[in-house]
Amino acid sequence: MTRPATARWSLLLFVLPALAIYVMFAVAPLVSSVVMSFFNADRTLGSVFVGFENYIYLFTEPVVSARFWNALVNNIKYFAIHVLVEVPIGLLMAALLTSGALRRSEGVYRTILFIPATLSVVIVGFIWRLIINPLWGVVGFPLLGNQMTALPTISLMGVWQYVGIPMIFLYSALLAVPNDLVEASRLDGASPWRTFWDIKFPLIVPQFGLIVILTFIWTFNGFDLVFALNGSAPGPNYSTDILGTYFYRTFFGSSGQVADLDLGATVATVIFTIMLLVTALYFWLVQRRLRAHTV
Amino acid sequence: MTSLAGYKPKPVADDRRWTAERVLVHVILLGFVVLALGPIFVVIINSLKTTPAIFGGPFSLPTAETFSLDGYVRVFTRGNFIANYSNSLIVTVSAVVLTVLLSTLAAYALVEYRLTALVPILTGLFLIGVMLPIRLGTIPIIKIMVAWGIMDTLLALILVYTAMSIPLAVTLMMTYFRTVPTELKEAARMDGANEWQTFLIALPLVRPGLAAVATVTMLPIWNDLWFPLILAPGKANQTVTLGVQQFVGQFLNDYPALLAALTLGAMPLVLLFTVFSRQFISGLSQGYSK
Repeated sequence: MTRPATARWSLLLFVLPALAIYVMFAVAPLVSSVVMSFFNADRTLGSVFVGFENYIYLFTEPVVSARFWNALVNNIKYFAIHVLVEVPIGLLMAALLTSGALRRSEGVYRTILFIPATLSVVIVGFIWRLIINPLWGVVGFPLLGNQMTALPTISLMGVWQYVGIPMIFLYSALLAVPNDLVEASRLDGASPWRTFWDIKFPLIVPQFGLIVILTFIWTFNGFDLVFALNGSAPGPNYSTDILGTYFYRTFFGSSGQVADLDLGATVATVIFTIMLLVTALYFWLVQRRLRAHTV
Repeated sequence: MTSLAGYKPKPVADDRRWTAERVLVHVILLGFVVLALGPIFVVIINSLKTTPAIFGGPFSLPTAETFSLDGYVRVFTRGNFIANYSNSLIVTVSAVVLTVLLSTLAAYALVEYRLTALVPILTGLFLIGVMLPIRLGTIPIIKIMVAWGIMDTLLALILVYTAMSIPLAVTLMMTYFRTVPTELKEAARMDGANEWQTFLIALPLVRPGLAAVATVTMLPIWNDLWFPLILAPGKANQTVTLGVQQFVGQFLNDYPALLAALTLGAMPLVLLFTVFSRQFISGLSQGYSK
């Protein structure tokens, strides 16, 4: 055993460099965003404490608040489509890969099906814009030009790109299911379908829940794909605006909107609070119960 | 493939006949393969054709008359492609090396000195970071970069990406360091090794972890659009992802060049991933499952 004094010093020296960079460029900026949201930059007085004024403005100014709620609702839809399409398809892929029907091809499929997730959104956006171009005639309808279909279309492009991620998570979870349980079920004459739902799936429910909550965090952090396709004021008529693009516009400005750093920090804090509440609620209510079940 | 991590003993009931069940599994998976690779394939074949041939038959293969490498030539002569590439390379390699280096040190200490009072708090702090949306701190990050005079430099990107990658990397490396036998480290200390030398003795045993961390952190950095757009938008500092985005805007009429740019922008990571997919997959699944 190392002596406690040596241990303390070594711990400090080993951890400090990583901790310093992480705190300085990730933790502190998030915290100071929260602080900034209670201040307003004043030309003569510098930063002035204004209490909840920025929040009141965000939620009461007609245009600003309407755009915020619009972006939030769109983001919820964006998340819902990912959860309802991407996660089940990922589960199906993982189930097929671990069904025992494959030999050497298992690794090949696994690698190929993940390739879209290694592309940048700029490329994904362009590929799909090319394929669904109404002039080509693959789809004779402007999917991205219509307010009803634009957001689902972009969401499905995201699903196409990232379906490999839930696949890998659930695949790794399924690999860890003890083989003798599966064997026993098979010897009892259970069909692969029954074996999956009665034996394998209950054992990977915690990982299934985890990928749902990670999808929530990633989609509420979304920006790149929408921006690559539709820019920072995503149309038609803001129908594809999500929280990430809304946040970008408030602090960076765009045509018809002045950049406002304090309001941007307020928006960031609101998004952060939403993510924190949902994630905390999930871990307290759902994940704990799931853990208790599997033990 | 030298690793046997994915090896599973053959199930008892297995035989090599093509049962209906096995055929069905292959058919469904092949369907997914077509969906995954088809669109990418369309871009690649069209990047090798002339403009009229792209519009004439976007889904046909290039023939002797329609084959053309002009798109690739124009990307290199008109675009900023070589500069973009080297920027992406500098940013990604520096951030990944820094992340691997710093996280390995931190993870070793958090496992080795786990009886020290601060460790649970520190471990928790890194663990929270795995899910932390660092983009929401962008405004203060801009202020720091302006104050330090490194706005619109590659250094700004490297620092932010390192901070962004450290939590997952530390969490992941800790799982690898936990597998290093205590006897090994105690034996080293008996022989008079100091704490640093003990660390160096443990290091070779976590080599698979280093590879997993490197591959998992590389991907989001190379493909990120948000921070290059905000912290390094100047022409000299653009990364490939941002460069291709701008290229799409500028060369909308030059489809062969656009498609060539897209193909070239995607190539390095697709190749790297294909080679290191095993490390990547173990990194991804272990890093988040704590």
